[in-house]
Amino acid sequence: MTVKNLQQQNQTPELEELRANIDRRKLLSALFAVIGLLSILAGLIVILALVIQLAVEGIPRLSWQFFTSFPSSDPEMAGILSAWVGSFLVMLVTTAAAVPLGIAAGIYLEEYARKDWLSALIEINVTNLAGVPSIVYGLLALGFFNYILNLGESILTAGLTLGLLILPVVIVTTREALRAIPDSLREAAYALGASKWRTIWDHVLPYSAGSILTGIIIGLSRAIGETAPLVTIGALTFIAFLPPSPIQPEFPFFSLEWLKSPFTVMPIQMFNWVSRPEIEFQVNAAAAGVVLVFMTLTMNGLAIYLRYRFRKGIKW
Amino acid sequence: MTDPFLSIVGSTRFTERKVSRELKERAIATVLFLAALVSVATTVAIMWILISESIQLFQHVSLWEFLTGTEWAPLFEPPRYGILPLVCGTLVTSGVALFVAVPMGTIAALYLTEFASPRLREAVKPILELLAGIPTVVYGYFALLFVTPLLQLLLPELPGFNMLSPGLVMGIMITPLISSISEDAMRAVPLELREGSYAAGATRFQTAWKVVFPAAISGISASYILGISRAVGETMIVAIAAGLQPIITLNPLDSAATITAYIVQVSLGDIPHGTPEYQTIFAAGLTLVVITLIFNIIGYFLSRHYREKY
Repeated sequence: MTVKNLQQQNQTPELEELRANIDRRKLLSALFAVIGLLSILAGLIVILALVIQLAVEGIPRLSWQFFTSFPSSDPEMAGILSAWVGSFLVMLVTTAAAVPLGIAAGIYLEEYARKDWLSALIEINVTNLAGVPSIVYGLLALGFFNYILNLGESILTAGLTLGLLILPVVIVTTREALRAIPDSLREAAYALGASKWRTIWDHVLPYSAGSILTGIIIGLSRAIGETAPLVTIGALTFIAFLPPSPIQPEFPFFSLEWLKSPFTVMPIQMFNWVSRPEIEFQVNAAAAGVVLVFMTLTMNGLAIYLRYRFRKGIKW
Repeated sequence: MTDPFLSIVGSTRFTERKVSRELKERAIATVLFLAALVSVATTVAIMWILISESIQLFQHVSLWEFLTGTEWAPLFEPPRYGILPLVCGTLVTSGVALFVAVPMGTIAALYLTEFASPRLREAVKPILELLAGIPTVVYGYFALLFVTPLLQLLLPELPGFNMLSPGLVMGIMITPLISSISEDAMRAVPLELREGSYAAGATRFQTAWKVVFPAAISGISASYILGISRAVGETMIVAIAAGLQPIITLNPLDSAATITAYIVQVSLGDIPHGTPEYQTIFAAGLTLVVITLIFNIIGYFLSRHYREKY
């Protein structure tokens, strides 16, 4: 009797304590779930604020005139004609430089490279290059392309710089795309007597083209928003003319003169307007920002959609 | 009787075709190899350009003065070449960014792996990826013209250029980077560990915080390191919103210059090739590369350690 009483007396507070403890821990867990959700929401809200602020400031300024006018000291008259033409031409050079090089390097590393110190060195290099700050590429461009190769502050210099900058992105996504192709496909081609390159060119590459394209779009959308490496080569100039046209009326009907032309690009035009003290120019900056964000988000969205589709579409 | 196949193999036409095919294959392999070498060439070119220009500067400025001097005024008379104020500005803005990005990124990753439904996770991931695509010049605009005025409502003394606002915006920018890498690390933690924890009566939070987080710690810290090196190298946000005063201060409310902002500032003028002014941006760039390289190496070893664990 006394023992039983004693046990009861001891148990009840213990059980209550245990229950309280469980409740406390469950509450803590629920609390963390709320904090987790809030922290994700906070990030999204900040971005929403960014987009809304940009849209409210910038969209009223968007007009046909804004897209077809050169920069001007009069904020009402200023536009982004030279900037978007410049961005477009620089992107052409960037694509021409980064895409073949990146895909070729990716194929080498994934399909050809032996496991030796040289390929290990190249691999570590690619990883490291992806972590180099973009402004350092600008210093490379200033010292190497501009002063040693004498390419000047030109569209060619800018395109090559951004091409090198996105090269690691193209290499890495090419490798991932190639890795996703099962070996049985290669073995089937070899069994029919195809050479290594025939196998890659006729079978492996076509199947991985979709995923490689995704990587290229992501790389280009990064390049189109890059400012720092182009500021470094001295691109921030008041450009009130267009580069010479690539198409000519006389033989040979096209010209590469535009490669040597001075230029400005969208992010630099926006940076120029943000840095001015007059408030009127900041409206222009917001409008340029709207165009820029629209371009990069569209490209990124396209890439994400493509990746989603290709993952879903092919089942090996 | 001769085997028809063997007779084809033995014929000269077949051998010729085989040789020409072999040659073509080798030529292609060489071209592909050269393309892969471009990345190595880029690294060599970067280091060569940075070092050769910096050496020219160090011929008339001592390395000791550069590393320990507390004044950075290369354009004034007499010029002063102490990099410390720029390093200080870089570390303060990066510190503010990490103060935002590390907790937010970690909590978001823990939530997404341990709490969120797969549908929510699938919906949030692409949105976070989209954020990483916004150009940094736009983030700079946002810091200068939205976040700073907002902060000035709370802190009326805050100057128009300060390190707090670009730091905060940079933190938001690198949060997705940290959360997505941490999430991958936490996803790699074996399910048995979680099941053991639940079987012992732990709640979701206890499992997430005391089992999953420590198990993935090396992968998570690698993501922090990547975040640091991104913040240290970030240029446009600080160049637009932090100001250009190279002063030594640990107060994020002050205006200060970072290494990257200094490079942009000098590049905006017409820099004559070969002048000390021209060489300082390469010396500053070299400092930046050395700092990020140190962080990248630490990150590399952390992630290797983490791969060996399971």
